[in-house]
Amino acid sequence: MKPNNDPFEVGGKTLSSRLFIGTGKYSSDRMIPEVCKSTGSNVITVALRRVDFNAITDNVMQHIPSHMQLMPNTSGARDAHEAVRIARLARATGCGNWIKIEVITDNKYLLPDGYQTAKATEILTNDGFAVFPYINPDLYVARDLVNAGAVAIMPLGAPIGTNRGLRTEEMIHILIEDIDLPIIVDAGLGKPSHACQAMEAGADACLVNTAIATSENPVLMGKAFADAIQAGRNSFLAGKAPTSQWAAASSPLTGFLREGSS
Amino acid sequence: MSFFSVYEQYCHVNVEQIIDGFNQQSVARCLDKSRLSIDDFSALISPSAVNFLEQMAQKAFDIKRRYFGNTIQLFTPMYLSNYCNNRCLYCGFNHDNIIERNQMSLDEVENESKAISSSGLKHILILTGDAPDKASIPYLKSCCDILKKYFRSISIEIFALDTKGYAELIHSGVDGLTLYQETYNKSLYQKLHPTGPKKNFLFRLAAPQCGAEAGMRNVTIGPLLGLDSWRKDIFFTALHAKWLESHYPETDICIALPRMRPYNGSFQPEHTVTDRDMVQMITAIRIFLPRCGITISTRESESFRNNIMTLGVTKMSAGSKTSVGGHTRIDIQNNQFEISDTRSVEQMVHYLEKMQIQPVFKDWEPF
Repeated sequence: MKPNNDPFEVGGKTLSSRLFIGTGKYSSDRMIPEVCKSTGSNVITVALRRVDFNAITDNVMQHIPSHMQLMPNTSGARDAHEAVRIARLARATGCGNWIKIEVITDNKYLLPDGYQTAKATEILTNDGFAVFPYINPDLYVARDLVNAGAVAIMPLGAPIGTNRGLRTEEMIHILIEDIDLPIIVDAGLGKPSHACQAMEAGADACLVNTAIATSENPVLMGKAFADAIQAGRNSFLAGKAPTSQWAAASSPLTGFLREGSS
Repeated sequence: MSFFSVYEQYCHVNVEQIIDGFNQQSVARCLDKSRLSIDDFSALISPSAVNFLEQMAQKAFDIKRRYFGNTIQLFTPMYLSNYCNNRCLYCGFNHDNIIERNQMSLDEVENESKAISSSGLKHILILTGDAPDKASIPYLKSCCDILKKYFRSISIEIFALDTKGYAELIHSGVDGLTLYQETYNKSLYQKLHPTGPKKNFLFRLAAPQCGAEAGMRNVTIGPLLGLDSWRKDIFFTALHAKWLESHYPETDICIALPRMRPYNGSFQPEHTVTDRDMVQMITAIRIFLPRCGITISTRESESFRNNIMTLGVTKMSAGSKTSVGGHTRIDIQNNQFEISDTRSVEQMVHYLEKMQIQPVFKDWEPF
């Protein structure tokens, strides 16, 4: 299959890129339009806690190109109710109905709270939101989220901001195999090869922020991630050749058995 | 369970001697680890670690960038009242100091809020002396009703309270608590705080926990550097922060590192804290507690603040005034202490942007 015939449909939209990007941690928000361009990404997440719609100073929203699909997130929420309030405020301020649910009650490891996330997801889907919950890759939580009406599942590859790569690969494989929703790997992907690895494994998309925003050249790093994600996706679609523990000799020792045997 | 039980295990130990005992090999081993114990932290603040300052700075820079990005959050203090019943030997608001005492009226709080918020700042830290008979909880709640119109986040640096007291202020819109232990050396503490409510060492030691228990989103602790050996006080500060972080994972724990500055009084700190010492403690804290906020105020000079912005610091005050009504009245001379970095918010933002560091004005609001 050619990449051009491989659109990604999620949350009622058809996307041409499988790389979702973020808005946090940049040295300046003015870099955001350039990163949007170099990545070719269609989706950008923004922490509503950081947005000041009445700002007399710079406002991150001013730097997001109008063609980008906004995915506000509930960063800072410590329970389902806070997440729901943030989501509703996001929609009321014109950010649309996509919402990434982040409920984190542990500021040391920043691991998402699956129970609170599922509660918020259920409330918000009933309220007409397209909910993208950020979770630990846990099959039971993911099933709860499917039942709650999530439009995709966003498991972490490693704790957020660590850049440690696809540490949860085995668990993500299980979600890819058993959950009938798009799997978008979020958090922990520190370099393009990590994202490529996730896509080769069959993930539908990746969200990358820290590794792009804190690199020395975010515009170039953004492009590198976009290329890696496309390479991983192509590899997945092509179907990788089988691997073996043994070498396959071009002159097999048992070749004689097939020669002229009758 | 309180931090006091942990404090008790260490308060009779000669912490400084243990810290001094680490050699360079110990420091090198700690720098190779991804998760550090309090013993490892002790190695990083040891005299032997001075030879590793560049490596520590590089590591701190990397951790700060990963967890907080290229950003510095800005805030400013607003002094509501300088009445004080304490006689802290090192403080300009000491009850016995003959200075002009003021407490802002609610109209003055409104004017001060307008003046500060016109700079774009959305996070405010309100301060009082220790005189609950004057700057009472009802007064503070009335102030919060005004502040909420101008700011997205309100933190307090006031007299120590119990959980119930903090919960009352949280209900009025406060979400952050800053409370300095000043020194973790109990006997020195008693000498420095001879009378007044602050004399109660244990009540103060427990207050950050009460704040977290009550539901503060941020709790900032710290010593006043210069009162005792910085290594001892930073050891206990880190131990305290680590304990709070483990017991209140939903609370952002921060450490502020104020150094003694000239003030309206005659007390001279016995311990000198050099810029090199500051760099060592900042980078060691960043490595030991990667998610912990680190605040450096305008007590520090412009050039020093410029140089440490990337070394793990996450929050800085800007455009600070340390007198009651200082943002609207230029005739006031009742500073708690002299500030050193006198840049306006605008100048600070300009510098941060020049250094490719994003100034963060808003990081939360009550949703």
